[in-house]
Amino acid sequence: MAGEIWVLVEQWRGRISDITYEVLALGREVAEALAGSLQAVVLGPGAGESIFSLGAADGALMVEHSALAEPVPEVYALALAQIIPQRQPQALLIPQTNVTMELGPLLAARLAVPFLNSCRDVQVTDGRPVARCILYGGKVEASVTPQSAPAVFGILPGVRPPEQGRVERAPAVRALSVDLPTEFPLRFRGYTELEAGDVDITRENVLVAVGRGIQRPENVALAEELAAALGGAVCGSRPVIDQRWLPPSRQVGTSGMIVKPQLYLALGISGAPEHAQGMKEAALIVAINTDPRAPIFDIAHYGVVGDLLEIVPAMTTRVKQGKQAA
Amino acid sequence: MLNILVLVKLVPDTVEELEIAPDGRSLDPASVRLILSERDEHALEQGLLLKERYGGTLTVIALDVPEVDDVLFTALAKGADRAVKITGMEPGPSTWTAAGLAARTLAAGPGLLPADLILTGVQAIDDLDGQAGPILARLLELPYVGITCRVEVDPGARSAVVVREYVGGVTGTFEVSLPVVLGVQSAEKPPRYVPVAKVRAAMKSQRLESVPASGESAVMRVEILQLMKPEATGRAVMLDGAPEEVAAQLCDVLAARGLL
Ligand SMILES: Cc1cc2nc3c(=O)[nH]c(=O)nc-3n(C[C@H](O)[C@H](O)[C@H](O)COP(=O)(O)OP(=O)(O)OC[C@H]3O[C@@H](n4cnc5c(N)ncnc54)[C@H](O)[C@@H]3O)c2cc1C
Ligand SMILES: Nc1ncnc2c1ncn2[C@@H]1O[C@H](COP(=O)(O)O)[C@@H](O)[C@H]1O
Repeated sequence: MAGEIWVLVEQWRGRISDITYEVLALGREVAEALAGSLQAVVLGPGAGESIFSLGAADGALMVEHSALAEPVPEVYALALAQIIPQRQPQALLIPQTNVTMELGPLLAARLAVPFLNSCRDVQVTDGRPVARCILYGGKVEASVTPQSAPAVFGILPGVRPPEQGRVERAPAVRALSVDLPTEFPLRFRGYTELEAGDVDITRENVLVAVGRGIQRPENVALAEELAAALGGAVCGSRPVIDQRWLPPSRQVGTSGMIVKPQLYLALGISGAPEHAQGMKEAALIVAINTDPRAPIFDIAHYGVVGDLLEIVPAMTTRVKQGKQAA
Repeated sequence: MLNILVLVKLVPDTVEELEIAPDGRSLDPASVRLILSERDEHALEQGLLLKERYGGTLTVIALDVPEVDDVLFTALAKGADRAVKITGMEPGPSTWTAAGLAARTLAAGPGLLPADLILTGVQAIDDLDGQAGPILARLLELPYVGITCRVEVDPGARSAVVVREYVGGVTGTFEVSLPVVLGVQSAEKPPRYVPVAKVRAAMKSQRLESVPASGESAVMRVEILQLMKPEATGRAVMLDGAPEEVAAQLCDVLAARGLL
């Protein structure tokens, strides 16, 4: 059956996110393997303005409604739950970000359809889409297939290069209508920007990043010393921020900051996708981790299996000596 | 007085080396040590903070799996009023099954519903087929907000203001009527620590309630073909040696790039 493959266009504050193009590139492959057409699904008022880079898709399905002005997952899920039965796509690929987090499960629960989470790839085998999903923080992977169609897939960042899915051409547009209530039990009240911290980690050339492997708040000083010697700043992964060992302005990752420094030194960070999304574009990534199987080594350029508590002070000493000699 | 329910789940500790069972589709139970999911520590803490601020009762609910008693007694020692385990289900249920069981247990367990707030961790690391919170919310026909990092309740108005994380440090604020299901990302404070002596005391003075699992188990809807260890793509150039040697090599790498 030549059905449709849908890709949800993820937008954040009026801009289409890179991951949308990555997922469009994946969707193109899946659609071809299933001899279906690729449709980009655009939700929101003024949806039409954003379609000019969606040429990787054969068509754009446009749902314009004032209730879709902000990405409120409950409302988005309701809109998708109305249009899916209208056209019965084979698959809906949702770029998996903080914006879309609850969409897949809410939708799957509403429609009683399969939902496959944390997919790092989808390939077609014997006419069925088979996803590779990551489990246990990247320690295990599963190949999984939905037992019925339509199926919803949450796709992790990095499935394909975004350039592959960014095609400057407007696809053929079809408007779909939805009937959304004006009152929801959930009312969006506005965004709040993060209070600026003492340093803006998105502007630093050198970042020394600490994860749970730093173990104790006192040890953060080791990273501070190295950062000072290198002329950079310290940032961290979520558990370190959650413990309040560093302020929220220093968090790197999906919920935190996206950084692209010249050097990212990852100390005791496992490399979970939510963290990797915030730092994988750094020019040079060096990881120090006691676990040789830590996923961070897959995105690092240089890696050391070892104890950061021993290596970091040794590095600081070296860097300082080098500076004195010069 | 708020009625707060916190659903918690035990997940394999990834500090252990997880091994795949001979069937190729599940984990070898011998390699698995179960611990409370990190996000659930935050859900419990958020629940305790709300109880302390507005008054009420807090009940923790978990499926009966190995180590669950320790987790539930720890929650009681931290300040939960009741601890309920759902007993008699098949091991390793899917998220759908777990959410279905939880929904039915809430209805069957004495004094659990109506609840004002049902808290879950936003996502557990063993995820595959979904997140229990949104599924549970749909089954109970309640609103759901995920990735929360702050909750304020207006008990008189039966509403709450919930802060949800978006991207780049930006948060969104929602007003929602109670009851609501929340997927907690971070509590407003780091989860509290409770000394072992207090947990032991809870084991002596308090008891766990059991509610038998009931009803049909939900369909899995997805088929696991195979579990595997990810192939190391091995992009990193690995350096080794004593700490000083490694430090020297790393400094050479940085110097070569003009970073020193
Ligand atoms: C919706 C959502 C949003 C999220 N947003 C973010 C985000 O913005 N940023 C973020 O970082 N995370 C985020 N997370 C959390 C993410 O999934 C991971 O839990 C987190 O990144 C793990 O942090 P970590 O690597 O520091 O800790 P862990 O995964 O616990 O890793 C610690 C590492 O330290 C190593 N280690 C231990 N001791 C030592 C030592 N002495 N020397 C060297 N290495 C050592 C261990 O081997 C391990 O690999 C989010 C999660 C969700 C669900
Ligand atoms: N078996 C379960 N028993 C109790 N709570 C659960 C169970 N499964 C999931 N939850 C709750 O839902 C959250 C998200 O889990 P998951 O859907 O596995 O990502 C968990 O952190 C728990 O709060």
